[in-house]
Amino acid sequence: MQAETALGRVGLWFGVMLLSILAVVAAKDSGFAAHATIISIVAFFLMCFSAARFDPTSNARSFFKMPEGPTRYDDDPVRWGVIATLFWGLAGFLVGVLIAAQMAFPTLNFEPYFNFGRLRPLHTSAVIFAFGGNALIATSYFIVQRTCRTQLAFPGLARFVFWGYQLFIVLAATGYLLGITQSKEYAEPEWYVDLWLTIVWLAYLAVFVGTIVRRKEPHIYVANWFFLAFIITVAMLHVVNNLAMPVSLLGAKSYGVFAGVQDALTQWWYGHNAVGFFLTAGFLAMMYYFVPKQAERPVYSYRLSIIHFWSLIFLYIWAGPHHLHYTALPDWAQTLGMVFSIILWMPSWGGMINGLMTLNGAWDKIRTDPIIRMMVMALAFYGMSTFEGPMMSIKAVNSLSHYTDWTIGHVHSGALGWNGLITFACMYYLVPRLWKRDRMYSLRMINWHFWLATIGIVFYAASMWVSGIMQGLMWREYGTDGYLLWSFADTVSAMFPMYVMRALGGLMYLSGALIMTYNVWMTLAGKLREEKPMTETPYDEDADRPVPATLPAE
Amino acid sequence: MTDPVVKETAPTEKVGGHKRLERNVTLLAAATLVTVAIGGIVEIAPLFWIDNTIEKVDGMRPYTPLELAGRDIYVREGCYTCHSQMIRPFRDEVERYGHYSLAAESMYDHPFQWGSKRTGPDLARVGGRYSDEWHVQHLIDPQSVVPESIMPTYSFLSETPLKVADPAANLKALRRVGVPYSEDQIAKAESDLKLQAEEFGDAADLATRYPKSQVRDYDGDPSELTEMDALVAYLQMLGTLVDVNSAAAQEELAQEKGR
Repeated sequence: MQAETALGRVGLWFGVMLLSILAVVAAKDSGFAAHATIISIVAFFLMCFSAARFDPTSNARSFFKMPEGPTRYDDDPVRWGVIATLFWGLAGFLVGVLIAAQMAFPTLNFEPYFNFGRLRPLHTSAVIFAFGGNALIATSYFIVQRTCRTQLAFPGLARFVFWGYQLFIVLAATGYLLGITQSKEYAEPEWYVDLWLTIVWLAYLAVFVGTIVRRKEPHIYVANWFFLAFIITVAMLHVVNNLAMPVSLLGAKSYGVFAGVQDALTQWWYGHNAVGFFLTAGFLAMMYYFVPKQAERPVYSYRLSIIHFWSLIFLYIWAGPHHLHYTALPDWAQTLGMVFSIILWMPSWGGMINGLMTLNGAWDKIRTDPIIRMMVMALAFYGMSTFEGPMMSIKAVNSLSHYTDWTIGHVHSGALGWNGLITFACMYYLVPRLWKRDRMYSLRMINWHFWLATIGIVFYAASMWVSGIMQGLMWREYGTDGYLLWSFADTVSAMFPMYVMRALGGLMYLSGALIMTYNVWMTLAGKLREEKPMTETPYDEDADRPVPATLPAE
Repeated sequence: MTDPVVKETAPTEKVGGHKRLERNVTLLAAATLVTVAIGGIVEIAPLFWIDNTIEKVDGMRPYTPLELAGRDIYVREGCYTCHSQMIRPFRDEVERYGHYSLAAESMYDHPFQWGSKRTGPDLARVGGRYSDEWHVQHLIDPQSVVPESIMPTYSFLSETPLKVADPAANLKALRRVGVPYSEDQIAKAESDLKLQAEEFGDAADLATRYPKSQVRDYDGDPSELTEMDALVAYLQMLGTLVDVNSAAAQEELAQEKGR
């Protein structure tokens, strides 16, 4: 970096720091002051960083153990993204286990900062936006360069997206603990954090589209359609749902533009499509690149990918009202939401089928390759939860399941099973390639991770099915005398064993992620574990004999 | 696609169908945006102009400054993560919680607090069901009044003085997004905030601006205005504004057109 540029940067960060210190002084509430303090600290460090050296990347390279030498692709932000994914994943799972334990043992609440109500958005945002979001940014940077055979457009902007997104996460997370929230689920951050995310997101769109424009391939690969739809739609949802009127430009508090019934539908139009586009379209994009790569097979059907892409993105948007069945939302909107949710089953399974069938001719790898095993299990959970979802959106089913733990179980079979496992599999694919190692430190540890995660999910989903359905039935159960049989408190105490089991399932999932962290750590350190291969299946003449030709042909 | 022979298309050659989209990121992005915009436009936009989305009912009024402060605490603490404020029209819910919720009852809620999960009971009509003393005790230590409860403790509320930077600014922000606060209400926001939690406050005066408002010391400590005062004041007014069982309202509904 040139000296003048460095001086300019120091000046810029000094200015930002000064402005945020002014904001601390003038802030209307302590929460806003705390956030302004965070900004000024970040600006201070960036100022020191710019001042200390003209080539800031060299130290970062050694910190992140970046491989030396020129590369065909611009993979530094991808490496940061992989590490951020692991870090935020651990944080999110840990908070998840804590709040699960709080529901079994309420003494684990520590008022005011660590009460359930403040930790719950911390957990959801940490796993969806921090863990999932970083995985999406990292993999999209990785995939778009390779499928377009070019480097990232606007490398500086690409780095801004990564660090700007981390700042968004820190502001959101600290905000929840301080009680800064607009109480819209999965869109809790307040107006100024939303504005910041909008800037970061538009920069992300520019980097992504810019890279596609520079491509040396005539076609845009299917994974990039999904990433593009994810980025565009999330931008639309985020901006509309977060429209708010700040009370003061120097305070955290704002009031949303919409009220009551309109606000409810706008929120769930957003909320459901945070699932549809963040957790489905984006992750399908990961699937469309990494499953064929790991299986070394082409995508099963190109035509199916076209059909299910357009139908998925068209239909998902309509499904929001199924979160508001039997509420004061007009009936026509509820019914419309239900119908589209049921139709949505088909394009969802289109994605699952395309993923699973890609393994045609490579199914034997399930025995030997735990990464493939994880991908298959992820697709299986994707299929299960995209069947369960449409079923729960049927009004009659929803009358029982709504407001209960069944919803929580459904969300987690999708989030832990589909999003979690596919992300882990992609990370295991990426780490050795990004850090130029032969393989992961240990393949057997991946296998341990796989089983801990899978059994953890089964514990989680099964206990939530039982508690959800039990809760729903107890709420509506009448005695022979014609009175409600159970007080609300009775139903709460009946949940206790299931809540313990759920926390146990979550703990298993967390331990799997800890094993993964160790595995990645050792891989980055350049170590390879001496271990027996995953399967030794020697040739057995009796068992492996070819199918007799005398059998009637199919 | 149907062509079994994979042809290398020269850049100048005209490509049709889906291939055009696959080769032009601008087209692809535009088509995607149009595709994802339709559902929201069809479902959400009509809610703003179809009249019977929100039935007209008597009694709805904007929150008093103290109730609003309580509501802000309710939002801040994430109460909505465990408590709904939306009673569905089922026999068991109506018997357990009261008349099913009407759209009009949340028409001044920015944002709505319908919730999505009932770890605890619905609160849409909790106002007046329990005494102030019960609420205060329950918030300080929920298990002391409901042994089975898994609710966290909120004892800090009764020790934290209520700090609202500028009550009038809150009302003004809400007016900008459509809540009909009058000039008088905004001018007196600061004094109304204190008045409503006074032990012997002028209830008649507050009622001229906010009908059915309740004036008393809520937290059992008249010497100080705490966050507990505000939160209990909010809880005690939930569901008390609209007379849902009034025959007139039902008859008016029957007259409504366009259903």
